[in-house]
Amino acid sequence: MTAASNLKLREARAKKIRQFITPEGVDLELKIASAGLRLGALVVDLTLIVVALFVFSFFIAWVGVGSKSDIAYVVWMLGFFALRTFWFIGFELGQRAATPGKRLMGVRVVARDGGRLTADAVVARNLIRELELFLPLMMLGNGISEDAISGWTVLAGVLWSLTLSLFLLFNRDRMRMGDLIAGTWVVMAQRVKLDADIGVAGDQTGAIAFTEAELSVYGIFELQELERVLRARDARAMREVADTIRAKIGRPVAEEDDVFLLNYYRQLKARLERKLLFGKRREDKYASD
Amino acid sequence: MTTPAAPAITAPAFSTGRFRAEREADWIAFDLLLTKLEKKGAKALTSDELLQLPLLYRATLSSLSIARATSLDKALLDHLEALSIRGYFLVYGVRETRWSRVRRFFLYDWPAAVRSVWKETIVIALIIILGALTSYSLVAHQPEWYFNFIDEGMSGGRDPRATAEFLQSTIGHGKAASEQESGLHVFATFLFTHNSQVSILSFALGFAFGVPTMMLEYYQGIGLGAMLAVFANKGLGFDFGGWLFIHGTTELFAAALSGAAGLRIGTAVVFPGARGRLEAASAAGRTAGKVMVGVILMLLVAGLLEGFGRQLITDTLLRYGIGTLMLLFWLAYYYVPRREDVT
Repeated sequence: MTAASNLKLREARAKKIRQFITPEGVDLELKIASAGLRLGALVVDLTLIVVALFVFSFFIAWVGVGSKSDIAYVVWMLGFFALRTFWFIGFELGQRAATPGKRLMGVRVVARDGGRLTADAVVARNLIRELELFLPLMMLGNGISEDAISGWTVLAGVLWSLTLSLFLLFNRDRMRMGDLIAGTWVVMAQRVKLDADIGVAGDQTGAIAFTEAELSVYGIFELQELERVLRARDARAMREVADTIRAKIGRPVAEEDDVFLLNYYRQLKARLERKLLFGKRREDKYASD
Repeated sequence: MTTPAAPAITAPAFSTGRFRAEREADWIAFDLLLTKLEKKGAKALTSDELLQLPLLYRATLSSLSIARATSLDKALLDHLEALSIRGYFLVYGVRETRWSRVRRFFLYDWPAAVRSVWKETIVIALIIILGALTSYSLVAHQPEWYFNFIDEGMSGGRDPRATAEFLQSTIGHGKAASEQESGLHVFATFLFTHNSQVSILSFALGFAFGVPTMMLEYYQGIGLGAMLAVFANKGLGFDFGGWLFIHGTTELFAAALSGAAGLRIGTAVVFPGARGRLEAASAAGRTAGKVMVGVILMLLVAGLLEGFGRQLITDTLLRYGIGTLMLLFWLAYYYVPRREDVT
C-alpha cells in the first residue's frame, strides 16, 4: 500500500461523511448508507412483504371458505393494498425510522436539514416508491402480457423508469427520488458494542519496552489497523502483521506474536495519544512526525 | 473500577484508560435507557429515568468530543459515535405523541396543505373537465369513438351498442339491479385500490415536471366523458349523473388533489424560486405528502359511498343530495379558514 492509495482510501471514507451538528455543537459525522446496503434492505423488506402476503392469503382463504362470501376477497384486496402502501410508511414513522430491512442493514432515515423526521416526509418519500419500484415492474408486466403495445414503447418505458429507479447511483448523497422530494437521507445507524479496552496495561511485568525510534515508524492509520487485527484475534493475520512490524523496526522473533503486538500497540497508542494532547496528529506512517 | 495508575513506562498524567473508566458507567446506563425507549416507548420510563435521559445524553456527547480529541481507540470512538447518533434521534425525535400528531394532522395540517395547493387543484380540475368535454363531444356525435377511449373489458357492456334498459340496470334501476350488484362491493374495493394506485402514481409522476400527471388526469376525464356520452345518448344522463355523483364528488376531488400534489412538486422542480432547487423540491414534497394521505382517506370514503351508499340508495335525487353534501363538506373542511392557521 502506497501513500497515495492510503490517502485515497481515507478520502473515499470522508466523502461518505456528512456534517451533522447537534444543538449542543457536536458534529455527529453521519455516514451515508451505500447503494448496496439500501438494495439489501429493499430485498429484505420485499421478501417480508411477500411472506406476509402469503400468510395473509392463506388465512383469508381459510376464513373465506368457511364463511362462503366474497367479503373475504374484499378484505384480502384491502389488506394487500395496505401492506403494499403502508409497510414502509408505518415502520419509518416509528422510533427507529427504519423498516425491518433497514434495521437489519443498520441504516435509518434522517431529515436532511437536521430537524425532526416528519410524517409527511416519510409519506412523500415512500409514495414516490410507487414510481421507482412498481412502475418498471408494471411496464415489464404490461409488455409481457399485452402485445398491443409495441416492443419499442415498452423498452422506452422500462428505460425511462429505470433511470428513475437508479437515480440514487447518480448523486453524491445516494438520494432516491423519494429522498430528494422529502428532504431525507438514509444514513448508517449501526449499534456498536463497547469492546473491552485492549489499551489498558494491567500487568506490566515482563513488558517489552520499545524505544522511541521503534515507535516512531507508524501513525494513526496503522495503529487502528493493528487494533482491528488484535480484536479479531486471528492467529494467521497476527503472525503476518507481527512479522511485518518486526522487519520494519528490525527486531528478532523473540516473543509470542500476540504478546509482541499487544505491547507494541499499547506503547504506540500511548505515544500517539500523548502527541494528540499537544495537538499533533499523525495520520499515517507517511506523514512526518 | 479505577485501578491505580499503571507503572509509569507509558502512563501520562491524563490517561485514556482512566477517562474511559470514569465515564463508562454513564455510557452503559444511557445505552440501556435508549434500548428501553426504543423497545417500549416513552411510557415505559419512570420519571426518574426521564430526568436522567438528557443528562446522560449530554454526558455521552461530551465524552465523544473528548474521545475524538484524545483517544485513538477505534472501538471506543465507534461506540460513542453510534451511541450519540442513537441518542440524538431519540432525544430530539420524541416531542409529540402519535395521538397528538394525528390530531394535528386532521385539524390543521391536512386542510392547510390542501389549501396551499389551490392553484394546482384548479388547473387539474380544468384538465379533467377538458378531458371529459373532449370525449363527450366526440362520443356524443360519433359513438364509435367510444371504443378508442374505453377498454372493452373494463366497461362491462356499458357501451353504445347496449340497450337503454341494460344501461339503466347497471346504474341500480330496474329489475336486474339486485342480481347485478351482488358482487359490487368486490368491484368497489377493486376500484378503491385501483384509484388509490392511480392517484399515487399521478402524484409520483409529478416529479417529471408534472407533464405525465396532467396526461393521466386528462385521461381520467376522457373515460368519464365517454361514459357520460353513452348514457346521455340513451336519455339516461340525469340518472347516470346521480349514480356518479354520490361518490364522484369525493373521488374526483381526491383525483384532482393527487394531481395537484404532483403538479406542486413538478413546478417546484422547474421554478424553484429564490430557494435552491433541492430545498424547493423537498418543501413541495412535504406539502404534497400531507395532501396524499388526505387523498387516500378521501378515496376510502368514496369507496364506502360507492360500495354501500350507492347500493342502498337508488333514488337519483337523493344520490345527488348526498353527493352535493359530501362536496360541501370537503369544501368547508378544506377552505373555511380557522383561527389556528395564522402561521
